[in-house]
Amino acid sequence: MRPDAEAIAEQVFTALADPTRRAILATLAAQGPATGTDLADRLPITRQAIAKHLALLADAGLVTPEPGERRRVRYRLRSAPMEVAQQFLAALAHDWDDRLAALRDHLDRSSPALTTPDSESE
Amino acid sequence: MAFPDRIERSVELAQPPSTVWAALTTAEGLSAWFGDKATIDLRLGGAAEMTFRSGLTVDMRVERVEEPTVFGFTWRVPDLPEGDPRRTYVEFTLEAVGDGTRLRVVETGFAQLPDDSRRQTYDSHAQGWAAELGELAGYLDAA
Repeated sequence: MRPDAEAIAEQVFTALADPTRRAILATLAAQGPATGTDLADRLPITRQAIAKHLALLADAGLVTPEPGERRRVRYRLRSAPMEVAQQFLAALAHDWDDRLAALRDHLDRSSPALTTPDSESE
Repeated sequence: MAFPDRIERSVELAQPPSTVWAALTTAEGLSAWFGDKATIDLRLGGAAEMTFRSGLTVDMRVERVEEPTVFGFTWRVPDLPEGDPRRTYVEFTLEAVGDGTRLRVVETGFAQLPDDSRRQTYDSHAQGWAAELGELAGYLDAA
């Protein structure tokens, strides 16, 4: 069964809530695919902790393991779940309250009503 | 449902539907309240484009034109890659109320998922997003 958008977004936000996982994702984003050892060299985190977090990120589909040099597994950032989370953020950012207030202001400026709406409403 | 798929608002405006319709469906009207610059080809399937103050430009496609009561368009979710098939649908419904208009806006489609074939396309093009994800990294580093 395919996970729903809610489940995917939750995994993304859970992953991003942890500073170590943010650091891992940020490093992969900035510098491209890396092995656990590469990440341990670049971040102030133990190799064991990195392995644990990479396993969680792989389960969530946020990174994907692939064959690297010298038969080492390296991890690549996978953006599709981020894009689902982005849709969630977009729903929060699509600010129709502000837009409709701007529409009202525009209409009142450019086509003032003949009667004031306040006089009869409510 | 915690994932907000649908946004719905309703406002009462003092102007009649014909005036509100012009504000919603002409480049002049749209650029006065919605975006900074707008173009629109007002017919079914017609293209429209909105440029916001931030510099972001979003392409839109006209989906419903029933003057002066229903205007619908789809547009891309901001920050999804160019060419992503996911679009949200925005529909304005205008109803005459006295001398004014009750305007209802419904935007749907936030919770849709890319289909599996597209998802594979994303994966194979994962490196193409490196620049955008680099910005995320910069943001996270700065935080």
